[in-house]
Amino acid sequence: MLDDALVHVENLRFDYGGKPVLQGINMRIPRGKVVAIMGGSGCGKTTLLRCIGGQLRPTGGKIVVDGQTVSTMNQSGIYAMRRRMGMLFQFGALFTDMSVFENVAFPLREHTDLPESLIRDLVLMKLQAVGLRGARDLMPNSLSGGMARRVALARAVALDPSLIMYDEPFTGLDPISLGVIGQLIRRLNDALGATSIMVTHDVQESLLIVDYIFFISEGKVVAEGTPDEIRHSSDPFVHQFVHAEADGPVPFHIKATPIMDDLFGGRHA
Amino acid sequence: MLNPVNLLRQLGSRMVEGIWRLGYATRFFGAVLLNSGAALRRYPLTLREIYFSGVLSLIIIMVSGLFVGLVLGLQGYEILQRYGSAEQLGTMVALSLLRELGPVVAALLFASRAGSAITAEIGLMKATEQLKAMDMMAVDPVARVVVPRFWGGVIAMPILATLFSAMGIFGGWLIGVVAIGVDDGSFWSQMQASVEFGHDVWNGLVKSFVFGAAVALIAVFEGYDSEPTAEGVSRAITRTVVTSALAILALDFVLTSFMFRGTS
Ligand SMILES: Nc1ncnc2c1ncn2[C@@H]1O[C@H](COP(=O)(O)OP(=O)(O)O)[C@@H](O)[C@H]1O
Ligand SMILES: [Mg+2]
Repeated sequence: MLDDALVHVENLRFDYGGKPVLQGINMRIPRGKVVAIMGGSGCGKTTLLRCIGGQLRPTGGKIVVDGQTVSTMNQSGIYAMRRRMGMLFQFGALFTDMSVFENVAFPLREHTDLPESLIRDLVLMKLQAVGLRGARDLMPNSLSGGMARRVALARAVALDPSLIMYDEPFTGLDPISLGVIGQLIRRLNDALGATSIMVTHDVQESLLIVDYIFFISEGKVVAEGTPDEIRHSSDPFVHQFVHAEADGPVPFHIKATPIMDDLFGGRHA
Repeated sequence: MLNPVNLLRQLGSRMVEGIWRLGYATRFFGAVLLNSGAALRRYPLTLREIYFSGVLSLIIIMVSGLFVGLVLGLQGYEILQRYGSAEQLGTMVALSLLRELGPVVAALLFASRAGSAITAEIGLMKATEQLKAMDMMAVDPVARVVVPRFWGGVIAMPILATLFSAMGIFGGWLIGVVAIGVDDGSFWSQMQASVEFGHDVWNGLVKSFVFGAAVALIAVFEGYDSEPTAEGVSRAITRTVVTSALAILALDFVLTSFMFRGTS
């Protein structure tokens, strides 16, 4: 059972200059599945993805991707691993000085010696898969948010990765684009036989497309389960998240001294 | 609040920070050189950057060169004719340009035009996570983005400085020969007789090469090291222009004192 997981995260810890962000994360990401990681803004979701991709060195614990421990790899090992990974950044991160076509062709040109005609065919196929073959000559700054996200998606899967990571793929999209991206994530994963990790706080969309969900709060996994289990969960945290309640285990107020002290504290002094 | 201890502490922390940054810049320079071989083998990338930084600065450098030459022609004639040696005007204009004004002024213009553009470009790529995305695609941003821009600047600079000097000499000729009426033949023959290739032209080229390397390094470093926000990028651009100007003038003094110590 253990062997069918592509990514193992064991007791992962990460600090930003002494400020703890991840405080002992444990997860297994099974092969072929689409997994969502959810949590409030600033809870460390992006940090977790960047640890898996080897861009950040964990302070403790370990991450194993496809049998290899990320934190013990050297730079060339990490680069070799990343060639089998695709990542969609929160705002697409398209290269602004290249056309849509060149953006998608970029990983192919950098990592293969394919002839130009083959590169062209591959790029057009990827663009076709995200429905943007007709936009190949546009520059990124003339794309809408949803289109830019789809181009970035095509670029992320250009080398047919076995692991695709999505950092908040739904943020800032209208409901139609949001549905389109959600369907694409599912379809691309199944078509490529890949494994996908999606960081998001869009519960409703995720419940429709993913196989498994982890909830993170205060640097730890606080709940996990399949969409069905999550929908019927009685866990107060999950309940707050799924039903978008303002107050609950995730407090509305950040930690502070009692308001009476703050407002009238000066009089005592 | 002139607390001497606080003042001292601030001074100390500024200095430590400065030294730390210098060390970081040195390591960055090392990484640039280390990646140069592989990146230069993909020479189209560098050619493209030579083209961009060259084209960006071409007009401003040619126009400025012409004006500087016109002024040199006026001032030079005014001084030289006091000593009855107005026919040396060509020599004076050519030597001032080739030895000093060409490399220095062209580098200052290059820093404010192309240097700031390089910093802005790299800074914006950083702020919009393009560099991180590239790194996640297993492509080293230093090799792919920084190195071609660095060498593009290094190679474009001597070409631009030469153009500047050529335009300046043309300007000096326009004022001296066409407008004032210095003898055309002696303007050119005196220049040819006194300007030495090895001493004057070559040293000027060496200077502009060094300035090009300094400006290009400062520009790529400030971009790469900028804080990834709009404000951070704009501060980095300002630092590129200011630091480049200081570096050019200081290096010019050092190089001049090695190259021209009153031997001729
Ligand atoms: N470069 C950094 N330096 C210091 N703190 C950071 C840095 N990047 C992120 N953080 C902090 O780490 C926490 C987690 O950030 P992040 O992983 O981006 O959260 P999320 O993606 O879940 O919104 C946040 O509180 C953020 O302020
Ligand atoms: Mg994030």
